[in-house]
Parts: sequence; C-alpha cells; structure tokens
Amino acid sequence: MFILTSETPMTDVATAPQETSPPPKRTFGSLLGSLEIDTRLLGMLGALAVIWVGFHILSGGTFLSARNLWNLSVQTSAVAIMATGMVLIIVTRNIDLSVGSMVGVVGMFMALLQAEFLPDIIGFDHPLTWLITLLAGLLLGALIGGFHGFIIAYVGIPSFIVTLGGLLVWRGVAWALASGRTIAPMDSIFQLLGGGSRGRIGGPASWAVGLAACVGIVFFLLAGRRQRRKFGFHLRPVWAEVALAIIGCAAVLVAVAVINSYPMPEALAKQYAAEHGIEIPPGGIALGIANPVLIAIGVALVMTILATRRRYGRYVFAIGGNPEAATLGGIKTKRTIMMTFVLMGLLVGVGAAVTTARLNAATSGLGTLTELYVIAAAVIGGTSLSGGVGTISGAALGALVMQSLQSGMVLMGVDAPLQDIVVGIVLVIAVAVDTIYRKRVAR
Amino acid sequence: MTSTNGAPLVEMRDIRVTFGGVHAVEGVSVDLRPGEVVALVGGNGAGKSTLIKTLSGARPPDSGEILIEGKPVTIHNPIDAKTLGIETIYQTLALADNIDAPGNVFLGRELRTRIGTLNDSAMEDACRKVMGRLNPRFTNFKKAVGWLSGGQRQSVAIARAVHFNARVLIMDEPTAALGPAETAQVGALIRQLKDEGLGIFLISHDIHDVFDLADRISVMLTGRLVGTVKKNDVTKDEVLAMIIMGKLPEEVTQAELADLHG
Repeated sequence: MFILTSETPMTDVATAPQETSPPPKRTFGSLLGSLEIDTRLLGMLGALAVIWVGFHILSGGTFLSARNLWNLSVQTSAVAIMATGMVLIIVTRNIDLSVGSMVGVVGMFMALLQAEFLPDIIGFDHPLTWLITLLAGLLLGALIGGFHGFIIAYVGIPSFIVTLGGLLVWRGVAWALASGRTIAPMDSIFQLLGGGSRGRIGGPASWAVGLAACVGIVFFLLAGRRQRRKFGFHLRPVWAEVALAIIGCAAVLVAVAVINSYPMPEALAKQYAAEHGIEIPPGGIALGIANPVLIAIGVALVMTILATRRRYGRYVFAIGGNPEAATLGGIKTKRTIMMTFVLMGLLVGVGAAVTTARLNAATSGLGTLTELYVIAAAVIGGTSLSGGVGTISGAALGALVMQSLQSGMVLMGVDAPLQDIVVGIVLVIAVAVDTIYRKRVAR
Repeated sequence: MTSTNGAPLVEMRDIRVTFGGVHAVEGVSVDLRPGEVVALVGGNGAGKSTLIKTLSGARPPDSGEILIEGKPVTIHNPIDAKTLGIETIYQTLALADNIDAPGNVFLGRELRTRIGTLNDSAMEDACRKVMGRLNPRFTNFKKAVGWLSGGQRQSVAIARAVHFNARVLIMDEPTAALGPAETAQVGALIRQLKDEGLGIFLISHDIHDVFDLADRISVMLTGRLVGTVKKNDVTKDEVLAMIIMGKLPEEVTQAELADLHG
C-alpha cells in the first residue's frame, strides 16, 4: 500500500532536527506547513467549491441560494451520519453492503412501533412515543450490526459475503414486517428528527450553536498549544494559530449566516408571529439549522473523538494497517471488529430515524441503494478500500460532495439515468486523483 | 554471565508444539541468564521461530513448562508475555504502517489522559526519549512508519521492545533486512542491552552474527534440539555440522567437517 522511500540508511536521515523552524520563504507550501492543515482535506474543499460555483453558474444562480443550501444540508445528513461509521468499517479492511437494507428494516420497525404498536399500549400521540421508538430503533440497528460483526469476526466469514447476505435478508424482512404496506404518518414529535419547516432550531439558537463552535475551536487550539509547550515540542507560529482560529470561526459563522438567511414559508411565519406576538421582520423569520443537520454534526464530532482520541479508534486503524501487528500488540482484534459493526448498526438506526421522519412514512423499499451512496461518500472522502486510511471529516465531506452533485443536477433538470452516470464517473475520478496524490506524496 | 547462582532468568522445559499432526517443536529445553545472549540457530523449518513464539505469547505450547526466575508461568497471549517483561522484535517488525512511531511503540499499551483519551503528547515525549538513546538521528515522530526507511522502522520496533523495561528480549532475525552499517548498529545495541542485564534470545541465520554476539548457541534441527554449546568452546565449522548434520562437536569427524566445505 505504501511506497517506501528508497533505502535511506539509518545514518543519514533528515539532517535538520524537527525543532528548527522552517526556512522563512513564504511559498504556499510552507504556508500550509505552518498552519499544519491536511492538504487532502483542502483539496476536497476545493473540489466542493468548484462543484458549487459550477452548478451556481450552470443553474443560473439558484444553486448557491440560501434555500438550496438549506435543503442540501438536510438531504446530506442521513448519508453523512452513516458514512462516518462506514469509514471505520472500511479502515478495518471490511465492508458493509447491508446498510441500505438495514435502513429499510429499522425504519419499518420504528414506523410500525410508533404508528401501530405503541398507540395501543401507551395511547396515541404520547409524548414519549418518539423516544421509545428511537431507542428501540437504535437497539435493533446495534443488534443487527452486532450479529453481522459476530459472524465476520468470530466465525471468520468475509464481511462482503455476510453483508451481501444481509442486504437480501433485511430487505426481505422489511417487506415482511408490513407485508409491503406503506406505514404513515409518523408521531408528531418523531417527525422533528427529519427536519422540515418545524424540525429546526430557529435563528437565535443557530447563532448560539455557531458561537459555541467558535469557542470550541479556540479552546482546542489553546489546549493543543499548551500541551505542545508542556513537552517542549515544535509550536506553530502565533500568526498561524491566530489565522487558524479566524478561518475556523469565520467559516462557522458564515455557514450559520447563510442558513439563517433562509426564512420560514410565509404561512408558517404569520402563524409563528401571531403565536409569539411579534411583527415579521423584513427578511422573514429564520428557520435556523435543521435538526438532522445538528444530529449529523454531533455524530461526526463523537465519531471523530472515537476514531482519533480513543484507544478503540487507534485499534481500528492498527488492525487496518497490519492485523498481525495488532494481534501481537495484544489488541483484541475480533472484539474491535465486532464493535465496529455494532457502531455501524447504531448509526444506521440514527440514519433510518432521520429518513423515516423526513419522509413521514416508511416503505419496504426505504434505503434501497443507500449502502452504495454511503460507501461512495466514504471513498470520495479519502477512505482507502485496502484499509488503514480514512477520516470522519473526509467521509462527511464526501457525502456533501455526492449530494451536491445530485442536487445540482436535479436543479438543472438532468435525467435520473444521466445523474447516475455522472455520480459513477465522479466516484472513479475521485479515487484516481487520491491514488495519484498518495503516490506523489510517497516520493 | 558470571553470576550463575540462583535460577535462570528463563527456563523452557520440554516444549512441544504440533501443527495439524506435524511436530514443529519436539521436547526442546533451553535456558537464558541475565546479561546473556543465547543464539537459536538452525535451517528453515528447524522450529526456532515456533519455539520462541511460545515464549512471546504468539502461540501457546501444547505441552511443556516455562519458568521465569524459577517460577512456573503460563503465557497464553502477547499481553501475558509483556506483563512478565518478555518483549519481542519480530522478523516482520510487526508495525502498523499507517500509524506514527509513538503510536507503534505504545500499540496496545497506550498512555491516556485522566479523561480516557489518548495522550499523544506524552507518548511522543516518551518515544523521543527512548529514540534519543537508540537512534538519535531519528526525527520522524509524526509520520506513519510506512513512509520510513528499513533502518528507521527497525528502530521503532526496537524502541517498542526496550521502552517497557524488558527483562527478556527476543530478536527474530533482527538484521535480515538491514545493510552493513545498520547491522553494526544493531550489534552495538545488543551489547549495550546485555550490559544492562537483559537476557536476549537471538534467532539468526547468520553464523557470523551469532559468533559475534552470542554467549551460548542452541542448535535446532527438524523440531529437536541438537544441543547447546558455549561459543568459546566451538568453531564455526562445528556449529555448521550441528546445523546441517545434527551432530555434536564430539560426535563429528574431521572428514565430515572437511566435507562441509565440499
């Protein structure tokens, strides 16, 4: 997988110790070096910018409207949530093809629970219906994932086979659960998980989330610097720390401003204004960040911590890099792999909840082909199918790239078959670019 | 080497390992004292790696006894071995290529902060300290080890073995993939660790390395121990005769020795 730098003898490795500051040349490369930004992530952001601006021009100025970006954020959520789990699956040199069918069975299960079973037990529109449904759905997802993981890790059947079987089995079960009926509508509180005009947090709360994110960015930069100083490691120049803080906070605040510039539909705004006894301001009342987007951001944060700051994540990557080394290091590789599938199942539970809530219904076809979008998002986001390499943020960005392509083509009125052709080509190009990039870095 | 009073650091008694009917190791007994280097030599398939795996925890023996400082122990897995102060440098190095040097040194034994997250700074700091001792020119602490040269990767594997205050070090073909300069460095390191009182099992194909570094030589042939000899009592040809013909120095004739160079 890696191309080793050729035969450098131990005695003449890099002559400059790391502590010396880089030469004062201000090339773009040394600038990035001082900021210590991942150039691959930057490349993806660049690709996303090209796609966005391109569609904006091609669609005659509708793509980068607040309305479209707000919808884009909602549409991306479910795939992004599940892609964060798929990264870890692929990093351990496994694959999960059953994700779409699991969305179907878990979604159907949650729909039946809230629309048919729970009303008989605790009454219709009970305030706890949504919570019981959600927890039961997460549990079912984790159980199915754990079952797959057990067979893969402990029985030793390749994950491709186990989850290919799962793809067929769970789709069938999803159909059998309701004999192919469509189950609707969802519980009124449960629906909020899916976004929509009610399922969002409003303008002021969105600004609060944005400010909290800025505080978080500054806190982590400061904590990192303090830690580096404590051990006497190389410190970023102060200007680089300040620049990172400003860029990070600005990006967050601009995103919130864009989201908040999308107003409520007029009818809803009038109702809201009447309820709260206020006048509708000239720009309308902001919807704010949609709930599923908030969930996706939360999931991505938690998964990033798991993947990079916890032993579990370190073990996942070690297994992907060299399974034998992981075993000899005393890592319980089977348990780690099974836990990764449990985690994937939990995330499928979240994704299924968001999807059914958004559709306000469950059908036996729910989630069909989702596994391919989830895998594609992870791969476009830089996850290597040979294992050991991948990031959560990359996968989330990958989901956004895919959804941007689709949503842009819909805006332009491109036919569905042509959309698939474009997405397929982009997938292959993305991996090709990444492969070439890796080879160049290796030299 | 001189202090032979008390029990040996490691004693392996009558170790047997069977792979699906094949006797990979058949009743082998070896021992190791503090500050001593014992070389395990033999041709391919002689069973030396399998024998040593029972000590490193990679493959438990089917029968036999392992004693550490005279006390019987059971080693079911690598963690058991490491807990007893037995560290191994594998021929393959057993590094996760996608993880940096500190991550590999602490693989399976990560340092954590009070809130349970990985303490990368503390691990890097410790890794810098141990590297300062082993290979001061090593500076790539942030790069995945897959990008490093063979010698640097070797340094990482050795750092992992010596950082945790090992009492027993197992080195499986430590110089097989190295150039002459790096081989000399590893040799110097073995002498240094020996002076610090570690016991070292050295598995090697290279008879010159063995005579250079070992105090005693245990020879294996088709799963059995031919015998253990002191380096100073034998010639290279006599050891070769043990490896190839399975004959001890007192059994072998001058004519047979001459034939070795045939």
